[in-house]
Amino acid sequence: MTEHAATPRRGDHPAAHAPGPQTTETMTGAQSLIRSLEAVGADTVFGIPGGAILPAYDPLMDSTKVRHILVRHEQGAGHAATGYAQATGRVGVCMATSGPGATNLVTPIADAYMDSVPIVAITGQVASKAIGTDAFQEADICGITMPITKHNYLVTDPAEIPRVIAEAFHIAATGRPGPVLVDIAKDALQAQTVFRWPVEASLPGYRPVTKPHAKQIREAAKLLVNAKRPVLYVGGGVLKANAGAELRILAELTGAPVVTTLMAIGVFPDSHPQHLGMPGMHGSVPAVTALQKSDLLFTLGARFDDRVTGKLDSFAPNAKVVHADIDPAEIGKNRPADVPIVGDAREVLADLIVAVQAEFDAGHRGDYTEWWTRLNEWKTTYPVGYEPAPEGRLSPQQVIERIGQLVGPDAIYAAGVGQHQMWASQFIQFEKPATWLNSGGAGTMGYAVPAAMGAKAGKPDVPVWAIDGDGCFQMTNQELTTCTLNNLPIKVAVINNGSLGMVRQWQTLFYNQRYSNTVLHSGPGHDGIEPPAQGTRIPDFVLLSEAMGAVGLRCERPEDLDDVIKQAMAINDRPVVIDFIVHQDAMVWPMVAAGTSNDEIQFARGARPDFGDDLD
Amino acid sequence: MTTMSKHTLSVLVENKPGVLARIAALFSRRGFNIDSLAVGPTEHPDISRMTIVVNVEELPLEQVTKQLNKLVNVIKIVELDQSQAVQRELVLVKVRADAESRSQVTEIVRLFRAKTVDVSPDAVTIEATGSSDKLEAMLRMLEPYGIKELVQSGLVAIGRGARSITDRSLRALDRSA
Repeated sequence: MTEHAATPRRGDHPAAHAPGPQTTETMTGAQSLIRSLEAVGADTVFGIPGGAILPAYDPLMDSTKVRHILVRHEQGAGHAATGYAQATGRVGVCMATSGPGATNLVTPIADAYMDSVPIVAITGQVASKAIGTDAFQEADICGITMPITKHNYLVTDPAEIPRVIAEAFHIAATGRPGPVLVDIAKDALQAQTVFRWPVEASLPGYRPVTKPHAKQIREAAKLLVNAKRPVLYVGGGVLKANAGAELRILAELTGAPVVTTLMAIGVFPDSHPQHLGMPGMHGSVPAVTALQKSDLLFTLGARFDDRVTGKLDSFAPNAKVVHADIDPAEIGKNRPADVPIVGDAREVLADLIVAVQAEFDAGHRGDYTEWWTRLNEWKTTYPVGYEPAPEGRLSPQQVIERIGQLVGPDAIYAAGVGQHQMWASQFIQFEKPATWLNSGGAGTMGYAVPAAMGAKAGKPDVPVWAIDGDGCFQMTNQELTTCTLNNLPIKVAVINNGSLGMVRQWQTLFYNQRYSNTVLHSGPGHDGIEPPAQGTRIPDFVLLSEAMGAVGLRCERPEDLDDVIKQAMAINDRPVVIDFIVHQDAMVWPMVAAGTSNDEIQFARGARPDFGDDLD
Repeated sequence: MTTMSKHTLSVLVENKPGVLARIAALFSRRGFNIDSLAVGPTEHPDISRMTIVVNVEELPLEQVTKQLNKLVNVIKIVELDQSQAVQRELVLVKVRADAESRSQVTEIVRLFRAKTVDVSPDAVTIEATGSSDKLEAMLRMLEPYGIKELVQSGLVAIGRGARSITDRSLRALDRSA
């Protein structure tokens, strides 16, 4: 064994490597695949059969350990695997046939790659002799997914199946997690082979470093206690490392403020007094400004994404940088690090706590009093808020805020991409890790419904709400049928403003209110400025949902808001969709316009906060 | 101002199908240019060695190696310092040479310690190995006679001294096999 996974990480499948009696049985490649999936602990597979993967579906029917959920589109299978993985911390699995089945997985695989989600995609491939001949339903899915997978395999020898599956799950879950694709030729599934388990992985080039370097940890602790204006800049890596508890200890020990990126929401309680909110394009004023004015970015499992930094060369101009990440390639990629630390966030944090305590014992303690005076001023002056809707209309922010309040912080929320996603990140109070699922890096519209489905499959006892837009909902809503038929009673709140809201917002701000092709409620003749006409709903989301066996509800008036949410909460035997008709002119604030400096943040249209710049 | 400079990377990879494609795809996706690439077997049947010459600044070079290192099939990357390594390219060049000029061409071949590998009434084919500089100098000398065809290998390089970059990697591979 050459892997140096010193400590099992969340989502690791030690079963593949555990010693025990060796199993050796003769069976088909397909049976070997299903036995391997059972052995690595996969309990749920989302997929659709087809010609090339067909042999695998026969033994799958007999498996008592692996539940297969028949989705309505392969994209749904991929996002469901992602939602499952994000909610449970285990590896999500999806399965599809060759050609179009496999290519339909490309979007969710790219999505999982950008957000470092551990999923394994298993695809059928045409028979090995036919590979390269442009055979029916042939696509070079390994070639296609090369840049969007952590690793991928083409299997033509059935004897390799157990080892490849064990390796795929190991690679997906360890180090920086990510998607792995296993493409198996049909003849390899059909052939007789010997199933051996456990198998030894053969990965001489894969040795993720999880244990941080002690000297770097000491340097980081020193910088932290000497800083005047530090910020703990926390990303999704902390959440994936399951290091929320360690983060909280470090934060409370030092008293440093915390910002959590879009991917890290929930890892540090929103209600915590040291939490400043989310940084970035639609981040809170205190979070964005704290990073700008900071003298030390204490970066943990975050990657200086352009949506966080804004114009890079004006981002946090006076800050030194400590950058801890499990992926060495992230360190120094966008912003040079003064103290680079390679390691698993949980181990990094555990060591940092000890190192900071040692600095304290030596009499070195940071004094952030002055810093907190300014931070608290920004917090009080610029809380996230929204303008009320026109009289009698629902505001989208109010709908989302109220769902969060009534449903509570124990539920799981999955958002699509756009305005509703940003509002959900701003107005739902998140208190626990893995309760906020979204497509952060790729920004995949249509993510919410299938991801919520996957989360529900993995956490059947937890309420799961999809917060979706009417644009997103029309991309993947067919998975409601899957939910109905497989007893996955998710709730979907469609924030229906009749338009592609985020694009519309940019058209309002940057394209002189010329609403080119963002109107969803009417045909091309509509100027996008007039509100949608009542009674001309195409599609009618209530009827559409009912056609798929879900309960369809509609809410148009503020006075009905609480009742309809409570009504949805009371239904647990089938999916519920609520069509919230909200006013179309609501915008996401604060906002840093793309390509500009974070110093140019506006907390409302045309209103830049007073940072007291003269104090610098 | 930062300056672009050439760097020679020795990359040990698992000898598996698709590895070259993975590396080429990574370079193209991340926007790095490959100056020269040579791939071949090593003393170990399961390991191939690539010698990649990139023309980048210092910081992007770090990204190149870090991103390469993330490929599961990449076992080890070593940057070879030009002064501490032997670097060689091979060139085969067909030069116009008739009875009159042939002796002058063969004199150049001798000066550069190259070899004449084929002769015909109108041309000679020359095989030469050496550093890029030496080969360039030779080609400059041959140019006036008329270069009819030229083919050049990627650069291969090996560190000077007794140390081997493959030793430890091979042991690791043997343990995992």
